Amino acid sequence: MSAEIRYISKPHPVSGLTNSKLGIWCFLASEVMLFGGLFSAYILLRTSAVEWPQGASRLNVPLATLNTLILIISSVTMVMSWASLAMKEFGKYRKYMGATVLLGFLFLVVKSFEYGHKFSHHHFPSTDMFYALYFTLTGLHGLHVIGGIIVNLYFLFPGSALWHKDPEQFTGRIEAAGLYWHFVDLVWIFLFPVLYLL
Amino acid sequence: MSSHAHDHDSSHSHKLPFWRKYIFSLDHKVIGVQYTVTSLVFLLLGFSLMMMMRWQLAYPGKPMPLIGNLFGDALMVGGIMLPEFYNQLGAMHGTIMIFLGVVPLAVGGFGNYVLPLQIGAPDMAFPKLNMMSYWSYFVGGVVMLSSFFVSGGSAQSGWTSYPPLSDIATSGQTVWLFGMVFLITSSLLGSVNFIVTTIQLRADGLSFWRLPFFVWAQFVTSFLLLLAFPPLEAAAVLQLMDRVAGTSFFLPSGLVVGGKILEASGGGNPVLWQHLFWFLAHPEVYVLILPAMGIVAEVLACNTRKPLYGYKAMVYSSIFLGFMSFIVWAHHMYLVGMSTTMSGFFQITTMIISIPSVVILTALLLSLWGASIRFNTPNLFAMAFLPMFGIGGLTGLPLGLAASDIHLHDTYYVIGHFHYVVAPGTIFALFAGIYHWFPKVTGRKMSEILGKIHFFFSFIFINGVFMPMFIQGLAGVSRRLYDPTQYAHALPTQPLNIVMSVSAWLLGLAQIPFIFNFFGSLFFGKKTGDNPWKATTLEWATPTPPPHGNFATPPVVYRGPYEYSVPGQKNDFWPQHMSGDN
Repeated sequence: MSAEIRYISKPHPVSGLTNSKLGIWCFLASEVMLFGGLFSAYILLRTSAVEWPQGASRLNVPLATLNTLILIISSVTMVMSWASLAMKEFGKYRKYMGATVLLGFLFLVVKSFEYGHKFSHHHFPSTDMFYALYFTLTGLHGLHVIGGIIVNLYFLFPGSALWHKDPEQFTGRIEAAGLYWHFVDLVWIFLFPVLYLL
Repeated sequence: MSSHAHDHDSSHSHKLPFWRKYIFSLDHKVIGVQYTVTSLVFLLLGFSLMMMMRWQLAYPGKPMPLIGNLFGDALMVGGIMLPEFYNQLGAMHGTIMIFLGVVPLAVGGFGNYVLPLQIGAPDMAFPKLNMMSYWSYFVGGVVMLSSFFVSGGSAQSGWTSYPPLSDIATSGQTVWLFGMVFLITSSLLGSVNFIVTTIQLRADGLSFWRLPFFVWAQFVTSFLLLLAFPPLEAAAVLQLMDRVAGTSFFLPSGLVVGGKILEASGGGNPVLWQHLFWFLAHPEVYVLILPAMGIVAEVLACNTRKPLYGYKAMVYSSIFLGFMSFIVWAHHMYLVGMSTTMSGFFQITTMIISIPSVVILTALLLSLWGASIRFNTPNLFAMAFLPMFGIGGLTGLPLGLAASDIHLHDTYYVIGHFHYVVAPGTIFALFAGIYHWFPKVTGRKMSEILGKIHFFFSFIFINGVFMPMFIQGLAGVSRRLYDPTQYAHALPTQPLNIVMSVSAWLLGLAQIPFIFNFFGSLFFGKKTGDNPWKATTLEWATPTPPPHGNFATPPVVYRGPYEYSVPGQKNDFWPQHMSGDN
């Protein structure tokens, strides 16, 4: 079979990885550099500022704590959805994946309340450097959450047809989607203390 | 069984409608050709912008003949170029040449077409990502070109887009940033694909130490693209916020524009952009040069009929080069007022990174030693790469030392330096690659006579363009000057501008034989077999042109990539996939 691409569902004997798993790790490495660049910008701008407000004095810490919990729970349900597939329980997979998507939406709803509250008090990205960084960093993170929800929705509905053709490959895809979702979660774990607490 | 599978697949590919087979194709070879043709068009376009700028530099304030009256009053008045238009041409020349021309040709074109063939793979690991990466590049290119037509024209803050100038520039800069987002996305998708393909899809027996140097070069390049582009994306997001949402990431407090204090919250730092930009753009230099070195290595090994000198040293050097390229970026910024400790660090790393480049170049040069060299067109271009890249690299050393950089910074010396690396360096290597692999892609050779005309005239005129830049730069003439005759210190070297401009236009004429050759040889070129150059690597083991799925049977590799003139063998080349004696 010359025209078949190898290691789509079975791992490479030497690297021990499927193509999609290696691919998602490479992608996450580039994402680390993206947010690394932004966090470096944050450090440089903050250290060169004359004064810097304390995050808690400007932002809503309880709401952000709630959001942190929501994302952490969604990471757990994401793992459970993958584990369900590994145990060949497709019905459970759908429940856990559905919960992950709902929790993702819930995060965005809470976030939009936070944004709306800021806008109603005339706090915009153009107000000062603190709000500029706050809106840019959380906004970019929000875009990543939206991207993750779209991917998860795809695997919840049309993409899940693959389960009946090649369960191994589908499980691999959910693992890759899960790795991405954990990364989005992890970025928030960094953003929360940096913006709200420090 | 295998040949049956192959038959099945090629008949399958015949069933695909035209737009699936040639437009939205998933086949790495079609995508590679799409990249090659698109980027060659962009190279010509970027070069045309420069040929127009060269008129203004040679004959400032004189109306441009022939085409001067074709432009509207916002660009040229009575055929005389306006300063704003000159700045647009300069910014877009750099952007187009680097992001839309050379990198897509070297990585997207050659990488896509040749790398899967050289590792014996049926395709790239993610064909759909591959297609998306081409179309993202294409959209990015269209967005970039469309910026010429927005009010105020295209970006005009140079290809480096330094703030605060770029933050307060006309709307073309916003379009530039959007275009960059598409191009960065394309690069990221492509680099993930190359890394996974190289690690996962090598043929049986093709260990890492049996990879052709071209594959190693693309592999290291992919890591640079993967890790260096995201910080530029971060910077582009911040600049976009500055321009669209009114933030002040790159705008310091109390900035005065046109005699008035700019209304912005302030507190930003223009140097932050420079750090983020050069964190990409220095590795980008190695993205430009590594694939070129890879191509030159392939062409030289084949046309000297002997193994590369120091293959392992070259591989180690390119990996070391990749690592080091991430910690030299601030040598572009000695004049921003950094501390001597900082500049000391970056001077040392810059001197260190020159070592692996010299190792690779020396190995390539020593590969010529004692060889029976074929002086065909691809090899002429490949051999010309060596001294040209040598000049480009060595003239970079004075720029890497802060003391001499203070004099040379932002002068024409810098322009001469990096153009020697990229134009007679990388672009010559890319030409070598086109002449070398054309028979594999089309089944026909390009004309040797037209090829040699193309080579010799290009070689003469390209030196005519760039060599005088060193003299101008040493005389202190700044880059990005709209009218050099306004400055007393630039007047003595002004006659050189006429030499350079005439050389540039003649260089443009010297590309006409290439264009004729490229299209003419598609139909009238001499037909060739599967392995016209008698080369050893796997891409020559496929049918010509390679069908969908590439190999008739999955290849197995038995030896290293450059087994030429092996004593005791009947033929002077011993292909990697041949199981027994030759």
